[in-house]
Amino acid sequence: MELGFRNIHAFVSGILPDGLEWIAFSISGIFLALVVINALVGVAALYTWFERRVLGRFQSRLGPNRWGPFGLLQPLADIIKLITKEDISPNSADRIVSTLAPIALLVPAFLVFAIIPFGTNSFLGDLNVGVLFIMGVTGMNTFGIFMGGWGSRNKYAMLGAMRGVAMLVSYEVPMALALAGAVLLAGSLSLSGIVASQTLPFLIVQPLGFLVFIIAASAEMSRAPFDMIEAESELTGGYHTEFSGIKFAIFQLAEFMAPLVTAAILTVVFLGGSRGPDLIPGQVWFILKALAATFLLLWIRATWPRLRVDQIMGFAWKGLFPLALLNIFLIAAEIQFFQSGGIEPIGVSTLLIMSGINWLVTGIAIYILANVLGQPSLQPKKPVPSPLANMYAEAE
Amino acid sequence: MPIRTEPVTINLGPQHPSTHGVFRLRVTFDGEEVIDLEPVFGYLHRGTEKLAEERTYTQIVTLTDRLDYESAMSNNLGYVTALEKLGGIEVPERAMYLRVISVELQRIASHLVFTGFFLQELGTFVTMLMYCFRERERILDLFEMLCGARITVSYMRPGGLTQDAPSDFWPALNDFLEDMPGYIDELEELITRNEIVLSRTRDVGVLDPEVAIDASISGPILRASGVQWDLRKADPYEIYSEMDFEIPIGATGDCFDRYIVRLQEMRESVKIIKQCVDKIPDGTVKTDGAFFMRPPEGDAYGCVEAPRGELGFYIVSDGGISPYRCKIRSPSFINTTMLRDMIVGGKMSDLIVIFGSLAVNMGEVDR
Amino acid sequence: MTRALTGGELAVQINDNFPNTVDEYTDISCYIQSNDLPKVARFLKETPNLNFAFLRSVSAVDYIDHFEIIYHLLSMRLNLSAVVKTKCPGREDPCVPSVVDVWRGANLQEREIWDLMGIRFDGHPNMKRIMLWEGFQGHPLRKDFLR
Repeated sequence: MELGFRNIHAFVSGILPDGLEWIAFSISGIFLALVVINALVGVAALYTWFERRVLGRFQSRLGPNRWGPFGLLQPLADIIKLITKEDISPNSADRIVSTLAPIALLVPAFLVFAIIPFGTNSFLGDLNVGVLFIMGVTGMNTFGIFMGGWGSRNKYAMLGAMRGVAMLVSYEVPMALALAGAVLLAGSLSLSGIVASQTLPFLIVQPLGFLVFIIAASAEMSRAPFDMIEAESELTGGYHTEFSGIKFAIFQLAEFMAPLVTAAILTVVFLGGSRGPDLIPGQVWFILKALAATFLLLWIRATWPRLRVDQIMGFAWKGLFPLALLNIFLIAAEIQFFQSGGIEPIGVSTLLIMSGINWLVTGIAIYILANVLGQPSLQPKKPVPSPLANMYAEAE
Repeated sequence: MPIRTEPVTINLGPQHPSTHGVFRLRVTFDGEEVIDLEPVFGYLHRGTEKLAEERTYTQIVTLTDRLDYESAMSNNLGYVTALEKLGGIEVPERAMYLRVISVELQRIASHLVFTGFFLQELGTFVTMLMYCFRERERILDLFEMLCGARITVSYMRPGGLTQDAPSDFWPALNDFLEDMPGYIDELEELITRNEIVLSRTRDVGVLDPEVAIDASISGPILRASGVQWDLRKADPYEIYSEMDFEIPIGATGDCFDRYIVRLQEMRESVKIIKQCVDKIPDGTVKTDGAFFMRPPEGDAYGCVEAPRGELGFYIVSDGGISPYRCKIRSPSFINTTMLRDMIVGGKMSDLIVIFGSLAVNMGEVDR
Repeated sequence: MTRALTGGELAVQINDNFPNTVDEYTDISCYIQSNDLPKVARFLKETPNLNFAFLRSVSAVDYIDHFEIIYHLLSMRLNLSAVVKTKCPGREDPCVPSVVDVWRGANLQEREIWDLMGIRFDGHPNMKRIMLWEGFQGHPLRKDFLR
């Protein structure tokens, strides 16, 4: 028996007397939410281990390897340490806002998971406006970051929060537009619908959308090369500079949830979700694909330096925005051309033709953009010794 | 309706991850833009110059280790150069070769630290730092073989060295010399053509050659501005006149040039060490002298090309066992002269990058 | 090899242009009157055959009865070095004209000398303590500074 909402509801309403349907409904809902949230926190804790080990490999070091097999119990040690720490907050801090900030940052991450289809029937809820829900909910973490920065009355934190608001709001636009391309192709706003329509993963069909999405999502979760909200070397931690103890732990949890959320969305929208050969269950396919996506995100994080504020904003509006628009127009035109009049789903062969065109256009678009935005003047020049010094001179 | 804004003053430091120790910058921001900046020194001031007046000439060597703790060998050499000039002490040839080997190794180590932290400040999440420290570790191991210490080496003495290199030093050094060019290639592949690195460092913090000379800026920062001036060529000390090496310079004097000049200097250092290993003669590495040196009355200024610039010691002797005055011309301190002019008008991120590209070391700035 | 200009050679050059500024000279250095320092400095920097554009270091030494300020100069174009010294009598508020206008590199070093040696530099744009905090009593590098 699968642990689905219907089964639990049927079980609970079987025990309860008639007329108490609303209690059965709430109990089963809360129970399932509890299971999912706890599982997510556990997964996020495990993910911290994964991230630190992988980063360790990238950085030619070992990573946590002391407690438990391969250091697997390290997250537990971290959590105990953070929970037992004193909760310090500055005297002049806005207590209410700064207490609510970590929660405001964490809740959206959980909410997104409510509608992610892990398998064909494994989801908490299947909203028919799933993509809109995702955009709305992930947009809310701007509040959490700004509340954290504002509430702690710290200039570094405030600077980080201000950068954060500007960046997160800008990058939501290309992110939404990239998702719109997938929605157009799938003909459905529901995530299950998008998964069902991916006879060919959208990564192959619309590489441009995938690229725009993964870049915008890196910015949305403020990771390198867009990590200027925290910018450890500049702002000493940004919006969470003044947080300690459990509040800091929640911030960290939210931060580690972000790549999981992104990877989940990426998997559903571009990698075909739980689709895959029937050798292994769909849920396992989902987890494998999500892991691959997190690895990709980690790779980006471990390799690239940070961009400057003006460069980040310029890249959002001058680089990603046109690319996302191009992607939408391209997809829309292709659908109009290949699917004229009909409502039947597009076949795999048609999708392959579309992806051929799209890869070509992607290559050309990126080449043009790189030459427009890229700065050839940045390339090293040939040095000429200044006449002001002559170290071989032999003065009389 | 215009929005009312006001500048914000932030104390960058003394506790800040990017101030290379305890340094404070009082920065006034207008949004993200820096409109005013005042460096505040002295958090690591230990009064080395005053302490030196109370120590014997040999004891001061240990004080110099603590100046620029990332390049202790060069500090040792700077001090003993000045002292040998003052006392007219001859140094055995083998000692001079070993000195050059250790100083050039120290230069590589110091530049590796610079590269790592520079990239760290650009925002690569510790990755480049770890790569650079991996290689630096091998140099520190070599130092441990030479003198038993890794950071505060105190390896040099007026008139020679504490001890000769052990026999297992040479194979280890050869191994390192074989691997190092590959390491530098790896760094260059990872960093030099990276578009983000280029766009963050190109034309940021530009220093014109005239201004650089006027402000007494020395070392890789001066050379990055296109001024080809290196004491190893201009005023060769030890056995540099017999060595064949190039002095790399930069084209524009921006942060990128300061990085690329240091990277190329590492290659030249490897070249120098290889020549030293080939040519090093047998013999003793120290001269016999009284434990309490008594240089003749007078003064002398000796300087060497330390990794951060011209490191000079001005020693005044009154004929006693300790110097009457020992002034240290520290490159880091004087290189911060132009800090304000370079940074004001830039963004907050530029501030960190420019300050990082100067590679000042607080132990040396505050002394 | 950097050639060090002897005090005598330097004294001849300076005396030709500014008579009676050179007090005395030794093998390695040349003493000039502290009042004439800025104009001699500018002369040393701008004369084509000297061209001392690079100020290596500014040092101060406490000789109990007077202070000595030592300027180590370098001409990068001609690979030439020179040492110019000036004496500054008096322990209460000794004062020397600043050379920041000529060499910007003197800025921090003159502040350091004021802080640690207590010699004031006239015309320095920002004559404040640098290593120690404002309000510190005394100047530690002086020989009579009590610990």
